[in-house]
Amino acid sequence: MNRPRHFNLLARALHWSMAVAILAMLFVGAAMVVTLRYREPLLDLHRPLGLAILLLALVRLANRLRHPPPPLPADLPRIQVWAATASHWLLYALMLAMPLIGWAMLSAGAYPVELFSGVNLPPILPHSPVMYGFLRPLHGVLAYVLFFTILAHLGAALFHAWVRRDEVFGQMARGEPRPARSNDVRDDLAPPL
Amino acid sequence: MSSPTSRRGSLILLLPIALIVALLALLFVWIGGWFGGRGVTPQAMADTAEASGSPQPGFRRAHSKGICIVGSFAPTPAAAKLSTARVFTQPSIPVLGRFSNPGNDPHAPDNKAAVRGMGLQLKTDDGQEWRLAMNSFPFFASATPEGFQALNMARLPDPATGKPDPEKMKAVLARHPEIARFLAWSKSAPTPDSLANTRFNGVNAFRLIDAQGRERAVRWSMRPHAPFAAADPEHLKHAGRDFLAEDLGRRLAAGPLQWDMVMQFAAPGDVVEDPSRPWPDTRPETTVGTLTLERAEAQVGGPCFDLNFDPLILPKGIAATGDPVLHARSAVYSVSFNRREREISQGLARSGSAQ
Repeated sequence: MNRPRHFNLLARALHWSMAVAILAMLFVGAAMVVTLRYREPLLDLHRPLGLAILLLALVRLANRLRHPPPPLPADLPRIQVWAATASHWLLYALMLAMPLIGWAMLSAGAYPVELFSGVNLPPILPHSPVMYGFLRPLHGVLAYVLFFTILAHLGAALFHAWVRRDEVFGQMARGEPRPARSNDVRDDLAPPL
Repeated sequence: MSSPTSRRGSLILLLPIALIVALLALLFVWIGGWFGGRGVTPQAMADTAEASGSPQPGFRRAHSKGICIVGSFAPTPAAAKLSTARVFTQPSIPVLGRFSNPGNDPHAPDNKAAVRGMGLQLKTDDGQEWRLAMNSFPFFASATPEGFQALNMARLPDPATGKPDPEKMKAVLARHPEIARFLAWSKSAPTPDSLANTRFNGVNAFRLIDAQGRERAVRWSMRPHAPFAAADPEHLKHAGRDFLAEDLGRRLAAGPLQWDMVMQFAAPGDVVEDPSRPWPDTRPETTVGTLTLERAEAQVGGPCFDLNFDPLILPKGIAATGDPVLHARSAVYSVSFNRREREISQGLARSGSAQ
């Protein structure tokens, strides 16, 4: 099988932009449920950002299925291969599920799903206290699962970059190297978020 | 450091990795309020409401007793000039609402309810929604949610005596002097003898936005067509537990009940963000519509029960002000709603026998 040495440009652009969006989303979500004063502006940011993440995640999933990712290092211990594969699919599942659960939960709670002032999304579930009472806590619990999975992913990426010093981090940080360029500047990159 | 070869780095480098991960985790749980108290939270305010009585799973944490109401809203032609909200141009808008009594006991006797609430939901044909949460008091107890929380904490019974500690209340009044004005009002104001002749006030200020983009700070109120009649204190003592609901049913059987919705406009210099300071009665006012209630039904099993009358659910054309009490109400109602819907979801709600 002819696999690329790096993630393609779309995959890299989506990875880094969604990293920023999802982290911002998680911090907004964590803050908005405990603030007395800023719930409204944070919620107004949370809903459209959530929809944007859902749409980007769909594009990203399609790209991932059509373009195989670069292989992991051949000498990577089996447990780490398993952890990498499992955490990647968990991240995909959560970035698709979280916006959908948020949307479904607002629908079940009979809340208008406001995207922007004057523009609402249609409900995707009927008004149901039982569903709301289940989905609302689920949204919060899965947000923490997502956050700690991202931290594990970040820790692993830095482990590849700084300790193993293999090609894994570079596969997502850079495109295919151009033969004309002689100076390698990869170590000047700031640590990723 | 610049070699891209497979030479491994020192395991010491695990340390900065662990540090970065730990700092991010710490920042996240701090933002999420797990430690490092940063003042009053909506959860703390809901806890205080819960502590004021026995647990009532499935019910609202405050204003727990209520009645569902159904009717319609018809705007006046003057309203459309003030705001682009569809609610002011659609000839008739269906209304779902709820009358409520204060406190966290859903079965409390009505003669204890000196103040009353009216929540409304107006859904227009453009898919927009307006939820209102009004009260019979003319101004809010405190200028800030912190003051209101302090007041409610001071009202909780002291574990030693079983009664509120008057020293605590004194300290609260010293720190939040505006609360004394509210306590004086609640001692002297006559209580209407019916929900039908009770005036309900938005209390918090909002902004109406017209077609030119001009914004006006307003406070709204619902003024009953039924003439005011004060409840006789002697009569109240012997009134039935649910006399308000029974009276409402009797009146609705005789015909619909109406309220005029009136907008009061702030003058330059009026404080918009302090709900404890009403604007003078001399400020200009405009009647923007008429609310007509046609029927009422028990809240349990009724359409209003599982609805959060969040005052920040606003249609395009109406916006919030920075009033901190308004934002806090939205936050605390959400906590109350989440808790009770979860109880319902887990089958803990004892609502079968409730009224």
